Amino acid sequence: MVHGEIWTVKELFVAPNEYIYWSIQIVMYPFMTGLVAGAFVLSSLYHVFGIQKLKDMARFALVFSFALLFAAPMPLLLHLLRPERGLYVFFTPHFTSAIAAFGIVFFTYSAIVASELWFLYRKHLVGVFLALRGKQDKTITERIRFLIFFALTLGVTDVSEEALHRDEKAIKFLAGLGIPVACFLHGYAGFIFGSVKANALWMTPLMPVIFIMSAIVSGIALCMLTYVVTMEIRKFLASRRKALHGRYQTTEEIKSVEISVIQMTAKYLLVFLVAAISLEMLDLIFRGYTAMKSWDVLRSVIYERDFADIFILQYGLGNLAPLILLLLPGLTLRRTVIAVLLVLTGVFMMRWNVVIGGQSFSQTYAGYMHYHLPIVPQDLETLKEGLVGALGIFIMPFALFWVINKIFPVFEYESGH
Amino acid sequence: MISRRNFLKKTALGLAGAALPLAALELVDPGKLFAQVAAEKTAVRWVFLVDTLKCVGCGLCVSACKLENEIPYDANVTRTWVERYVLTKKGKLYADTPKGARDGYASTKIELGHGEFQDVKAGEIEKAFFVPKLCNQCENPPCVQVCPVGATYQAPDGVVLVDRTWCIGCGYCIMGCPYGVRFFHPVYHTAEKCNFCYHRITKGMKPACVQACPFGARQLGNIKDPNDPVTKIIRTQRVGVLKSEYGTKPQVYYIGLDEEVR
Repeated sequence: MVHGEIWTVKELFVAPNEYIYWSIQIVMYPFMTGLVAGAFVLSSLYHVFGIQKLKDMARFALVFSFALLFAAPMPLLLHLLRPERGLYVFFTPHFTSAIAAFGIVFFTYSAIVASELWFLYRKHLVGVFLALRGKQDKTITERIRFLIFFALTLGVTDVSEEALHRDEKAIKFLAGLGIPVACFLHGYAGFIFGSVKANALWMTPLMPVIFIMSAIVSGIALCMLTYVVTMEIRKFLASRRKALHGRYQTTEEIKSVEISVIQMTAKYLLVFLVAAISLEMLDLIFRGYTAMKSWDVLRSVIYERDFADIFILQYGLGNLAPLILLLLPGLTLRRTVIAVLLVLTGVFMMRWNVVIGGQSFSQTYAGYMHYHLPIVPQDLETLKEGLVGALGIFIMPFALFWVINKIFPVFEYESGH
Repeated sequence: MISRRNFLKKTALGLAGAALPLAALELVDPGKLFAQVAAEKTAVRWVFLVDTLKCVGCGLCVSACKLENEIPYDANVTRTWVERYVLTKKGKLYADTPKGARDGYASTKIELGHGEFQDVKAGEIEKAFFVPKLCNQCENPPCVQVCPVGATYQAPDGVVLVDRTWCIGCGYCIMGCPYGVRFFHPVYHTAEKCNFCYHRITKGMKPACVQACPFGARQLGNIKDPNDPVTKIIRTQRVGVLKSEYGTKPQVYYIGLDEEVR
């Protein structure tokens, strides 16, 4: 069977080689990089602009962004037909291609996030390292921990006031530098689509900007969700143990911190959400108004075939509903969780409607293609590019966060910054 | 403190480095070099001419292409195909290309997908015609532009080729082609496309589809040669190209192109 044939159903006049070649993993790719970029921008709001109320969220968002970072290139790798040659993109980049820049953009961004994380946690790393060094008769786990933390200090153990002050300066610089790079990382994902002149739905210079806005929206939403979930777990543990647990002592204290952080973050979510919706609407109105040659087929896709996906799931449930939920006064945690879940669904549907929607009509403008997501894997292809592969990619950052949190604890240490 | 020995060594090294002309450090671009050498040797720019008025939709070109270029015969992809257009007196357009017209158009029923067919009665037809399609070997190929590893490239004679040993299978070139000529090879799992039968034309032979066409609807030519019969037709007659609005400068010319051709 030809690649793409298993999940593509053709209707009317479609050229013989046309299939939905970019499937669920290419939906996941901008979704995941969007989360990375969004989480980083959120953390930078505190470090660069000094928004104190976001302090707690900022550290969390940075660590989570780091966890997401590893998951971001995975969908690209999984969708390749020759994944064993994936590294060729770094070896022989062909720079007229938007994809070729991926290595440079991605590694630059990774370096910034990793260095910022290091400066932020240096005091903690040195503390653990010194404590372990001073300890006699180390157990095997302690010895491994000692080696890990020794490596992570990079041989620098100076944690004087002066040195920490310098760290803070470095963090601020990196966070500031990171904002444009994060936006570039994701705007560039938008460019990959927006620059395909052969695709009538994708080709618009607005695409990178739309992608950046929705990226920040999704990143903030996921941070809020994960923050609430982890705080709830902490609350549960605190009430059960009724003992000291980290910084916060009682469930009430945790709750008051939690709601104020969430309310503050929700405001930023709203700002970016409105920007994202406005841009998408502008794009839609402009296409209808200018009504180029492709508009007939685009209109039939947008207003008829994909109506439910676009207007009900994306704009209705994913944008309008959370907008109302977050704007209503007296925001509660439960309402926030529902709203951010809807926002995440909305952003996912936006990626879906761009990637799959852009391939749901033929280049003849006289035929259509329908995508059927493979649920039960039958072979490697349907495993990689099916529900299982997509879920695996989605779960990956959470698993990584759990591991990374062991070295860079988000909640259980007193930050100097 | 720097020793005298070291000082002299470093000075010599520095001088040698400074003496090296900057031009010597310029990276050699193999593509440019190849193009330069080849352009001097050959004055060839392959183009293709399709006379749609001669095409009867027999599909012999498609099956010849599949066999010649080892595209699995029953796989639903093909380097070249023939489209059928039927316009009714009521102004409705029907078009199809079942299996790329590999087996020719033996039936008057038009494929609608989902296993459905539409039979248009002869009396209802205003006009009907066939249009063979193949890679346009664009002068400004978007597929070459978007390949992230340079696995697809344009030869000095204009033909766009794919290096199967280097293609990573990302599919960006397939997305970038406005003509839908690219697909993934079912066996090699790399990007695949028509290359005018490059292995044949570089040895003085005709492409398989040209040779297989009993009506002379397909012809290959060298646009740089003013005496080439194809060049003469392109220069002196009214010919058209597909989707010129994309700025790709396609090099497959059509006689009898209709506004309805997609």
